[in-house]
Amino acid sequence: MTDRPITEDDLHAYVDGRLDDARSAEVSIYLERHPDVANRFASYSAQRTALRSVFDPVTEEPIPVSLNLNHMIAAKRQNRVSALRLAAAAIVLLFAGGSGGWYMHGMMTPPTEGVVALAREASDSFATYAADRIRPVELRAENMVELVDWATERMGQKPVLPDLSKSGYRLMGGRVVSTPHGAGLMLMYDNDHGTRLVMLTRPMAVDQTRTMTPHSQGKVDGWSWASNGMGYSLVGSLPSEALHPVANEIRKQVLGEA
Amino acid sequence: MDDLLSQVEPMIPALRRYARGLIHDAVAADDLVQDCLERVISHWHRRRNDDARTWVFAILHNLAVNRLRQASRRGEHVTIDDIGESFIAHKPTQEDGLTKADVMAAIQRLPEEQRSVLLLVSVEDLSYAQVAEVLAIPIGTVMSRLSRGRERLRQILEDPASVARPGSHLRRVK
Repeated sequence: MTDRPITEDDLHAYVDGRLDDARSAEVSIYLERHPDVANRFASYSAQRTALRSVFDPVTEEPIPVSLNLNHMIAAKRQNRVSALRLAAAAIVLLFAGGSGGWYMHGMMTPPTEGVVALAREASDSFATYAADRIRPVELRAENMVELVDWATERMGQKPVLPDLSKSGYRLMGGRVVSTPHGAGLMLMYDNDHGTRLVMLTRPMAVDQTRTMTPHSQGKVDGWSWASNGMGYSLVGSLPSEALHPVANEIRKQVLGEA
Repeated sequence: MDDLLSQVEPMIPALRRYARGLIHDAVAADDLVQDCLERVISHWHRRRNDDARTWVFAILHNLAVNRLRQASRRGEHVTIDDIGESFIAHKPTQEDGLTKADVMAAIQRLPEEQRSVLLLVSVEDLSYAQVAEVLAIPIGTVMSRLSRGRERLRQILEDPASVARPGSHLRRVK
């Protein structure tokens, strides 16, 4: 038995099983002689058990896909590879110079295909038309049938006009817009605060099916995805968390119709 | 990268558990863990800390604290009624007269700095020295927060009405 006095720290360490045997024995003796202190620490010990029984089940849950470390490391690696490739392209460009170099410029610009391109086209449409106070849409929502016919004719695919009233947005109308990948249908929605959203849909040659990903271009955020050969992009000047549920709703309705 | 996988992957269940204790919303908690893992991947080779576990927990903890501060600035308010069903999928079971929902609600009522110490010590089984490292505070501060946190949790569990209102844990106590 040492003559070191028992401290609060010792008592907590006793509860947490962090004392060596000798000190632990001293604390046991102390607690036998001090029932009030013993009561308090018994209650702390019960807390410890209760907390574990509340939180331990979390560790039994399967790890969600979004937290799969293998996927995350692979994605990181891929990013690094494309950065290297871009750097290599820059060096080639530097040496090729002159006229030959010009043909390499495509490698230096962001992808001009697929969902990435669609996202940019949607943001451009938003920039042009959402700010338009005179004629943001060519055909208003009441001419829905005509709008669908027009888009079907130009895109060769019948579009779905999602109903976003559950998310608080009304369809204002739409128009056929030009994109570097052919005709697309732009739909515009607004809510009671006058916040406008734009959805662009067009047939996809590249990225026929692609999971939903967020993107951002200046103050315009959005979500884009593709399913069954049609691409969809929802954009607006709202934080991307606010747009996400609306994009999910559109995807749900589109899949429901398909 | 292989040591990253072999060392960090086994920690993920515990990281989710700690995040869930700090931020009861399961989706928000997993988002934090995802942010944490992304940082871990990008900074793995630059870490100075030999103890990978405390290093990873420190990243998660800092992200969680930032999020809690943002939430309190925006005035997001977590009421006790929100806690429970969504967090605990199964029905609360009777245990020492306390349900899991009671314990969950009680821990959410502790100030963040006491809650994190209590969770790291009791649930994550970190040593006091490791907790000090995760939270970047002296070990004496760990012990005083542990002591205050345990006493306060005892009072809340014994007489919920006596201690501060729900939501007060969002305010920082200096």
